[in-house]
Amino acid sequence: MASVSVERLQELIEEHAHREGALLPLLHAIQSEWSYIPAEVVPPITRALKISRAEIQGVISFYHDFREQAPAGHRIAICRAESCQAVGARELEQQLTSRLGVGPGATTSDGRITVDPIYCFGNCACSPAVRINDQLHGRVTSERLDELLDSLV
Amino acid sequence: MTTRLYIANDSAADSVGAEAVAGAVNAELEARGLDVELVRTGSRGLYYLEPMIEVDWGSGRHAFGPVASHEVPALFDAGFHEGGEHALGLGLTEDIPYLAKQQRLTLARNGLTDPLSLDAYREHGGLNGLATAVAASPQDIVDAVRESGLRGRGGAAFPTGIKWQTVLDQTDEEKYIVCNADEGDSGTFADRMLMEGDPFCLLEGMTIAGIAVGAETGYIYLRSEYPDAHETLNQAIDIARTDGWLGNDIMGSGHRFDIEVRLGAGAYICGEETALLDSLEGKRGMVRFKPPLPAIAGLFAKPTVINNVITLASVPVILARGAAWYQDFGQGRSRGTITLQLAGNLKQPGLVEIAFGVTLREILEDFGGGSASGRPLRAVQLGGPLGAYVAADQFDTEMDYEELAKLGAMLGHGGIVAFDDTVDMSAQARFAMEFCAIESCGKCTPCRIGSTRGVEVIDRIRAGTDVSANLSLLTDLCETMEQGSLCAMGGLTPAPVMSALKRFPEDFASDLLPVSLVDHE
Ligand SMILES: Cc1cc2nc3c(=O)[nH]c(=O)nc-3n(C[C@H](O)[C@H](O)[C@H](O)COP(=O)(O)O)c2cc1C
Ligand code: SF4
Repeated sequence: MASVSVERLQELIEEHAHREGALLPLLHAIQSEWSYIPAEVVPPITRALKISRAEIQGVISFYHDFREQAPAGHRIAICRAESCQAVGARELEQQLTSRLGVGPGATTSDGRITVDPIYCFGNCACSPAVRINDQLHGRVTSERLDELLDSLV
Repeated sequence: MTTRLYIANDSAADSVGAEAVAGAVNAELEARGLDVELVRTGSRGLYYLEPMIEVDWGSGRHAFGPVASHEVPALFDAGFHEGGEHALGLGLTEDIPYLAKQQRLTLARNGLTDPLSLDAYREHGGLNGLATAVAASPQDIVDAVRESGLRGRGGAAFPTGIKWQTVLDQTDEEKYIVCNADEGDSGTFADRMLMEGDPFCLLEGMTIAGIAVGAETGYIYLRSEYPDAHETLNQAIDIARTDGWLGNDIMGSGHRFDIEVRLGAGAYICGEETALLDSLEGKRGMVRFKPPLPAIAGLFAKPTVINNVITLASVPVILARGAAWYQDFGQGRSRGTITLQLAGNLKQPGLVEIAFGVTLREILEDFGGGSASGRPLRAVQLGGPLGAYVAADQFDTEMDYEELAKLGAMLGHGGIVAFDDTVDMSAQARFAMEFCAIESCGKCTPCRIGSTRGVEVIDRIRAGTDVSANLSLLTDLCETMEQGSLCAMGGLTPAPVMSALKRFPEDFASDLLPVSLVDHE
């Protein structure tokens, strides 16, 4: 787990605290710095933004994007929404699950790959869509998914 | 002239290899020492042809596609950059029927220009709307938008001019323009395509809105799944500020207006306008009770115009060409164009902007080319995850707000997701309930709990357990959700569920569906 540099956290807080509706941009900045929202950032935010701990916790848990645990080194997501369902995304998800041994919302037992449950990338004209780390792949076939997974090993 | 090649720099085109194709083209240009310029544009929306290369050697743009990067050397060998023929050739892009039959008013520049070139934007009619607006009175601008007949393209189809008038009429010092770029519906990508491919158009529309209602601050609430749009919008904002049409003194008019992009965080409900406002304020995205309307007390309790990306991006051309010109397209109370997004199991998915009134069949067959699998199309979901499923015998419906309402369907944000005959409609109904359970903001019991019950009940039906009793239970549950929900999340989830049940009962229980239930909806 990354340890949170107090100075860096203060910098991020100073950068965002004065903004209207600062909490979401600040949480995004924190997550892009440490890849998740470490628990120790909450008390300093409480002081800087003058909002309660419960409120911050409520926001972190409300949004699917915010993670309270560090993700694995690789993240993979197969779109789970209708357009991709119509061209085989459910089957791709089964293929992924049987290959990795875990499904959406979980991390492989070796801790290397996290599977994110995502509903729609706006890539619906090139369904089915698979995102690996930050790269989106469209028109993914079963063979292509295998290749993509091979590239992670 | 220098020969130009055009390749989309669009995230969907990239997902099928456009970036790799551009890399291969650059390598060939270098190796062959050719004096050819490669321009990266937005996408034309002909996604079934992406990655597409367009070539202009002096006689208009000729399209080639879909191109795989390994085919690029052969294209050059065939001299495709100087009129040579190749099997991937599609003729003049503008003559491809998919594009030729469209009426591109809002997405007119998409695919033509470098998204971040202001010169290209101006050359293709950009900023004419804003120039009209700075010379007009706020009331004149609002009148033009009202007279154009423009209705919200985000889902609820509320008349935009009336919304703007309400905000204009408020006397508050501070007002806001909020652009809803949360685009959460599966099957939709028009907002993304416009933001990546013609970002200035959205900024221009928002700036006109600001001048019209007297707002000086605009926010674009962008879903976090769109990192490329985020980057492009931020750059476009900087360019517009430097050029003097965003910021302190818009085009020397003394008007002030500035725009900031804010990222959502993966919550479908934040597309609902009041949940979006709560989210922008830094809170959980909880749906608010209405009244007050956002137009009266919206962001930070100030009068707020909140509009969808396509709504706002339609405003510049309305101001530039006039309300009468715009409202000449369309029919009845649906004026102008709809941006339909063809997705799912279609041979030719992509974006179709066309006047209201086109039939669903024309869209599915003439544009969509039928199913991708070659099997018969069986069901189509219109208007996103809260939209009804329609069956093949309803495909002759004309696409406008009122005609679809007669079917119990809606246009929503224009998403059209097609399924072939392998679809299991009880699984689709289950998914609708599951999605509601995952994405509910949690304020209303029928939505929060009802949807979870809905999944369980559908599971029992699918397992053949007490089918008849569970079908009645499902019907009652849907009725409760419809009536007891604050917003359309809980209120409209029954639409896909009940339409699936009503239109495709055989997918729920092979024989013993009570007729009374079928007639229920
Ligand atoms: C659950 C739910 C999700 C919605 N998602 C979106 C969305 O992603 N984008 C959008 O523009 N409107 C969405 N809407 C509609 C908005 O509430 C609102 O009607 C719209 O932003 C108004 O802009 P318009 O008049 O320009 O359409 C959603 C509504 C509901 C109930
Ligand atoms: S219907 Fe659902 S999403 Fe809408 S306000 Fe109620 S609980 Fe929230």
